[in-house]
Amino acid sequence: MSDLATSTTTQTDGTLAHVAYVLRSNPVTLLAFAMFAVLLVAAILGPALVPYDPMASNAALALQPPSLDHWFGTDNLGRDVFSRVIVATRLDLAISVAAVALSFLIGSVLGSIAGYWGGWIDTVLNRLFDTIMAFPLFVLAMGIVAALGNTIENIVYATAVINIPFYARLVRAEVNIRRDAGFAQAAKLAGNSDIRVLALHIFPNALPPMMVQVSLNLGWAILNAAGLSFIGLGVRPPTAEWGILVAEGANFIVSGEWWLAIFPGLALMFAVFTFNLLGDGLRDIVDPRQRS
Amino acid sequence: MSLLSIKDLKVSFKTRRGDVEAVRGVSLDVAKGDVLGIVGESGSGKSVTSYALMRLLESNGRITGGALSYGGIDLRTVRESAMRDLRGREFSMIFQNPRSALNPIRKVGHQVEDVLRRHSRATRSTARREAIRALEAVRIRDAEARYNAYPFELSGGMCQRIVIALALACDPKLLIADEPTTGLDITTQKTVMDLIADLIAERGMSAIVITHDLGLAAQYCDRIAVMKDGEVVEEGSAERLFSAPRNAYTRKLVDATPRAGASVRSLLPAELRTPAPVLEPTRAPLLEVRDLVKTYQGKSGPVHAVKGISFSVGKGQSVGLVGESGCGKSTTSSILVRLADPTSGEILFNGKDLAKTPARDFARDPRRPKIQMVFQDATDSFNPRHTARQSIGEPLARLTGLPAGQRRDRIGELADLVGLPRPLLDRFPHQLSGGQKARVGIARAIAVDPEFLILDEPTAALDVSIQAIVLNLLVDLRAKLGMSYLFVSHDLHVVRLLCDHVIVMRDGEIVEEGPADQVMETPAHPYTQELLAAAPAPPVLAEPASSAAE
Repeated sequence: MSDLATSTTTQTDGTLAHVAYVLRSNPVTLLAFAMFAVLLVAAILGPALVPYDPMASNAALALQPPSLDHWFGTDNLGRDVFSRVIVATRLDLAISVAAVALSFLIGSVLGSIAGYWGGWIDTVLNRLFDTIMAFPLFVLAMGIVAALGNTIENIVYATAVINIPFYARLVRAEVNIRRDAGFAQAAKLAGNSDIRVLALHIFPNALPPMMVQVSLNLGWAILNAAGLSFIGLGVRPPTAEWGILVAEGANFIVSGEWWLAIFPGLALMFAVFTFNLLGDGLRDIVDPRQRS
Repeated sequence: MSLLSIKDLKVSFKTRRGDVEAVRGVSLDVAKGDVLGIVGESGSGKSVTSYALMRLLESNGRITGGALSYGGIDLRTVRESAMRDLRGREFSMIFQNPRSALNPIRKVGHQVEDVLRRHSRATRSTARREAIRALEAVRIRDAEARYNAYPFELSGGMCQRIVIALALACDPKLLIADEPTTGLDITTQKTVMDLIADLIAERGMSAIVITHDLGLAAQYCDRIAVMKDGEVVEEGSAERLFSAPRNAYTRKLVDATPRAGASVRSLLPAELRTPAPVLEPTRAPLLEVRDLVKTYQGKSGPVHAVKGISFSVGKGQSVGLVGESGCGKSTTSSILVRLADPTSGEILFNGKDLAKTPARDFARDPRRPKIQMVFQDATDSFNPRHTARQSIGEPLARLTGLPAGQRRDRIGELADLVGLPRPLLDRFPHQLSGGQKARVGIARAIAVDPEFLILDEPTAALDVSIQAIVLNLLVDLRAKLGMSYLFVSHDLHVVRLLCDHVIVMRDGEIVEEGPADQVMETPAHPYTQELLAAAPAPPVLAEPASSAAE
């Protein structure tokens, strides 16, 4: 009762200050956000920043090793590898973000329903998730592509479907332990219907662990997208995409032109590493208990 | 010569905000055969003191000064391997939560064996027999069968007996009991404490009983040390502390302990004892419960949680619902507040049956604001993502349709009404103390002007001095706002302070009902008598100061 000192900042100020606090207190998080910023700049401004047209071939300069003119060298058609790697960022991020957003959305809804109402819905949904989890991504993707055509959207759908169970199970567990919590009952006493209690009171409390999942998942999704295009599903040449760049470069590793595969591979690693690091920081930001 | 002597003990913890001194120069002596009670409220350093002498401090804690000696051994310098031999054999501990003190996936008999064999009290061949003997020593009936039980198969009281058996298995000379009855029912508390007292006397052990309950300590300890903020503020015999406390804090603690004959105002420090407002309950019934039945479908057949109870609550009346865990009082309250549906029965509220609207649809019922509830666990009952302001504002926004500006004013008024400083409104639950959370919970419940308020053990998790303040707040609010209360509690002494009428429940049935004074003074049912007898009775004291204030 004695401690009356307090902040009177408004909600928005509080959030910004809190983000700043999280970044300051953890250097790893700061590094992760800086790396994420690099990725974002490459994705948004990439095509405007690169020194060469990523699609322009120049037979005279084919298979040049890295130099001051061409930092990452050139490929078998004389295209600048650096430009292609940077430009590819946008497509790879778009595919993975779209896939993760989709599975986050569907997984949250299904998981919330299963966790809150339980009963036979829960049982049915859980068996469904088990089935999906037993499905290899590549087999599913091939099936979808065979049935619906080889487009980028279909690759996004395949990746999204595969990831749904991870979100759904996490949300289900988080919702389930809070279903009968005092604050959920209090929300009902305050005149909230079941759906409002679930959506506005219980679900937001599942966000902190979800953020870790989202960020790890973004990394996997990028790897998956690259893997699918590596085997020729989804994105097709000559579009610049990390998986394709690695696939094309793989043909030349034996003959000594290592830069074709190494640099897109490193870009891929950089992106996955960034998202893996980002998770804990994102969780701290959405968790109000970290504020003090 | 004393068995244990603590001299000027200092313990500090490293935290994010620098070092925190939890124990600041405590000196205590325990002689052979002596039972010392350490009493204090949360954060007083009473548990830390005992953990320090067992050398079981958390990794960020450190003994920074003082001397600890046990029978001539310096406990501060003795090597960890020697310490491990001492723990259990020379002194041992009964922990606060019996369930978490036992390994959930190991048979209790094996856990007792582990201790015996660690201290070479038994060999592989004799372990089983010795373990059963240890279980029998704590009066466990049918110890052979219990030997094979897992902790989850046993009741809370039985688990605590196992923990006691573990602590006493190797005949220690000093027993430390850290809040040994927290979370146990009041009759179980009495059996457990009586058992501990018997065993101490039987074996001539010394003991330290750590508790927040002054009454409990007074009943079972020879001497009591009162701790506050890491220091012993007063030490003496129980009678002396109750009759003539020398320290102001002891006085406050003695006053705040609910006891027979006290009024709700007399719990407060003398300077705050304004005359209590009186609200004459009217005869007109507000809520009438008729033949309420609730049956669950359990794994082994139906469970009858509530077996056809009937009672009524008048306008402006305060009714206490008392019983131990599993008696159906929580089920009843969640049905009345319309969070659950009864199997059958009527709940007439102002003459209309509430049970006709299923709990699922009651959120949109026009009578929703009229019936509200204050929850037991203040931490669990707040959305961790919402500030106090948002929590109090939620029912206003959903049920009254007040525009945002007026809502803000109303939240401010409510904060003033429950005595919550307005700046605290923008804090998250984890940034508030227990007492502050209790106030926010009450403000939220009365925000929409309910006629009927269910109080589900609102002070169970609070320190006695905070409990005194919250109980008085509830008395004032009822008089000011003319609400009716249903006060659900396990503690008859607390109920009597607040209620005109008392209902005693057991196994889903009402066993006794009547005016509070009548039930307390001349209980008719044996179960009520048992409940009253089980409550720790502090020595009766003359209260010159309080009787003048009433």
